[in-house]
Amino acid sequence: MNLLWLAFTIVGVLLGVILSAKAVDPTMMLHGMVFSIAAVLSAFALIARNYRNISTPSLADANGSVNYNTEIIKAGIIASTFWGVVGFSVGLVIALQLAFPVLNFDLPWTNFGRLRPLHTSAVIFAFGGNILIMTSFHVVQRTCRARLAGDIAPWFVFWGYQLFIVLAATGYVLGVTQSKEYAEPEWYVDIWLTLVWVVYLLVFLATIWKRQEKHIYVANWFYLAFIVTIAMLHIVNNLSVPVSLTGVKSYSLFAGVQSALTQWWYGHNAVGFFLTAGFLGIMYYFIPKRVNRPVYSYRLSIIHFWSLIFLYIWAGPHHLHYTALPDWAQTLGMTFSIMLWMPSWGGMINGLMTLSGAWDKLRTDPVVRFLVTSVAFYGMSTFEGPLMSIKAVNALSHYTDWTIGHVHSGALGWVAYISFGALYFLTPVVWKRKSLYSDALVNLHFWISTVGILLYITAMWVSGILQGLMWRAYDAFGFLEYSFSETVEAMHPFYVIRAGGGALFLIGALIMVYNLWRTVRGDVRAKEAGSLVPNMEFAGAR
Amino acid sequence: MSNKVEKDEFSGTDTTGHEWDGIKELDTPMPRWWLWTMYASIIWAIGYWIVMPAWPLISSHTAGFLGYSSRGSLEQELADATAAHAEDRNALVTMELSAVKNNSQLYQFALRGGKSAFAVNCSQCHGSGAQGAPGFPNLNDDDWLWGGDVDAIYETIKYGIRSDHDDTRIGEMPAFLTDEMLTKEQINDVAEYVLSLSAEREDTAAVDRGQEVFMENCASCHGDKAKGGRDFGAPNLTDAIWFYGKDKDIILRTISRGRNNVMPAWVDRLDDATIRQLALYVHSLGGGE
Repeated sequence: MNLLWLAFTIVGVLLGVILSAKAVDPTMMLHGMVFSIAAVLSAFALIARNYRNISTPSLADANGSVNYNTEIIKAGIIASTFWGVVGFSVGLVIALQLAFPVLNFDLPWTNFGRLRPLHTSAVIFAFGGNILIMTSFHVVQRTCRARLAGDIAPWFVFWGYQLFIVLAATGYVLGVTQSKEYAEPEWYVDIWLTLVWVVYLLVFLATIWKRQEKHIYVANWFYLAFIVTIAMLHIVNNLSVPVSLTGVKSYSLFAGVQSALTQWWYGHNAVGFFLTAGFLGIMYYFIPKRVNRPVYSYRLSIIHFWSLIFLYIWAGPHHLHYTALPDWAQTLGMTFSIMLWMPSWGGMINGLMTLSGAWDKLRTDPVVRFLVTSVAFYGMSTFEGPLMSIKAVNALSHYTDWTIGHVHSGALGWVAYISFGALYFLTPVVWKRKSLYSDALVNLHFWISTVGILLYITAMWVSGILQGLMWRAYDAFGFLEYSFSETVEAMHPFYVIRAGGGALFLIGALIMVYNLWRTVRGDVRAKEAGSLVPNMEFAGAR
Repeated sequence: MSNKVEKDEFSGTDTTGHEWDGIKELDTPMPRWWLWTMYASIIWAIGYWIVMPAWPLISSHTAGFLGYSSRGSLEQELADATAAHAEDRNALVTMELSAVKNNSQLYQFALRGGKSAFAVNCSQCHGSGAQGAPGFPNLNDDDWLWGGDVDAIYETIKYGIRSDHDDTRIGEMPAFLTDEMLTKEQINDVAEYVLSLSAEREDTAAVDRGQEVFMENCASCHGDKAKGGRDFGAPNLTDAIWFYGKDKDIILRTISRGRNNVMPAWVDRLDDATIRQLALYVHSLGGGE
């Protein structure tokens, strides 16, 4: 098996060299080199592994319990915290650029237009994606009582995904984009991600296949829905014809309103299946685990899972209200978004009600505070979403900062908070520590970032509604009241407040990085030594 | 591990009997309010499909009983807005511009319309307060390049200055250095002279030499007293109001390389009523003659 992987790396080296040598543009030359260097490093790693004589790990340890693959989880924790800090920082930079345009520096590489996709991809795909891959590898092992399938394959998924991030990010800064929101990477990066994703699916499925539990746990349904649907969305939306096989540029297979609809079918379901279904998988494992209570309702989890999966995929057209998109498609997008409200809230109910009998933990365990607040933000965002999809509301909210506020109450409040909860939970587990380094720092992180989120979303609500109202303000004669530049001027104070909120959120994340780093080192903050919430898994750990 | 149904002590509900990594599930029924709200949203959606355009067919779609279309509704709103203004707009295009002031209702209409059209079309260069910017005249003062009565302003907006329209007015500030009409020293002197018209200058010798150069080269457009010439759009150089800036460097650059900015012709982009509204609005800003 090792030899097969080695053969792949050799093919990779050759491919990279050919792309680089025959490149018709400088970015492809660079990316070809990056690809071959990555392949060379992989080949060395495989050979070193052989010489160090690491045999395939046994499935069970001496005590007969399952020998879980925790090394891949450790790598995932490091990668996701790293990309999180990168993504939040770039977000702060572009927030400041909007408030103070001079910070664009008049350079192409630091222009808002290039840094914005860098921010969105870094937080969604680099941070969120690594969190999803890492937690899914943990959850699927534990809830199937089976070691993660494959020996090298999980590592291919991990490193292949990092390579995807590097190729995408460097491409953006150098001006390579196919101009599709959240799908900016060009054709060759898309092909690479498809390859990585298929291996991810196989590793996940193979682990479920060899499970020792009769039933498949609900978290794994959500993870599987996320992996399968993202594969489908990614492939269809990125169908394109490259201009040259050794150049970065390609043309989409779709044009005009078909292109717009395909794009938002993709874009909305990236939210639905990447940022919702995948993260519901995280919720369904980490909340009951941390509060040590049974999941509130099995029936609710079944019904809300299937209704969510069925309804979400229709909702994309609500991004195209009052455009060239035919009215009937707009109607379907809106009505399916309204029907999606309760299926979304099913997850919230199951998450929150799981705490019944353990609500006191909200007071005693700051990690639970993150997990519960994230579900509250999830509920808020999934109410706001259907509301904004109503055409009359959308006429006011569309193209304004309200949309940005909505996205961030979901992204910061729901996605990031459930991720922080999972990171605080997992770090002591996989590094086998008795507790975190400090619970007080978790608490500090919680409050600083909560204030940051509230500043962010309230600033964007006010700014967005103000903007929408100014655009549609008419005087008594029916003439427009404001010029566009006046509406831009009116946004300035809110952009400054938003940047302040973003800065607090970033500071909170840095506190987390410090706390996790000390936890990994095995430190315990002296002041809190007697009072830290213990790691429940420690007793069973070796 | 264990696969037997237990009773949860806290809630009194049975578990499903499954367990994964210590996680169990309760067999709680779905909350009724949740289920009924979901049913209600589905029923509402079906109702909406019946009255609105909703489902695609082979070559058309279900139209809905209300006969709504977003294109139709937009056309209706535009038609309503046009109809509401029709009387005033007709009056505006048939009347002498200078007479509009006497009809206060119509004048108010024109000023509001002009302000709105200015914000959309003109503020990008002239500023949202019409305060101007280097190279783009301030429209609040009484310093006019091509005339400040309402008909002259109307003509400027309609056909532009140095625009691509056949009826545009053209004046040229030549590039005296680039085209080798004056030497660097002469240009320095003439700049000193121009600056001396509105401020004290120390180098009086240069000012005197500059005056001679000015009379020979510049006075034909800017006038003997440098008060400007509206036939050529030549600015008044004595009023301390500067088109491109008051610094000597800028004046040197203007003389050396010339200046030939463009004001676009709006006749092909805006209708006559709107151009008239703009002319009246700009005229009302303070400097109208």
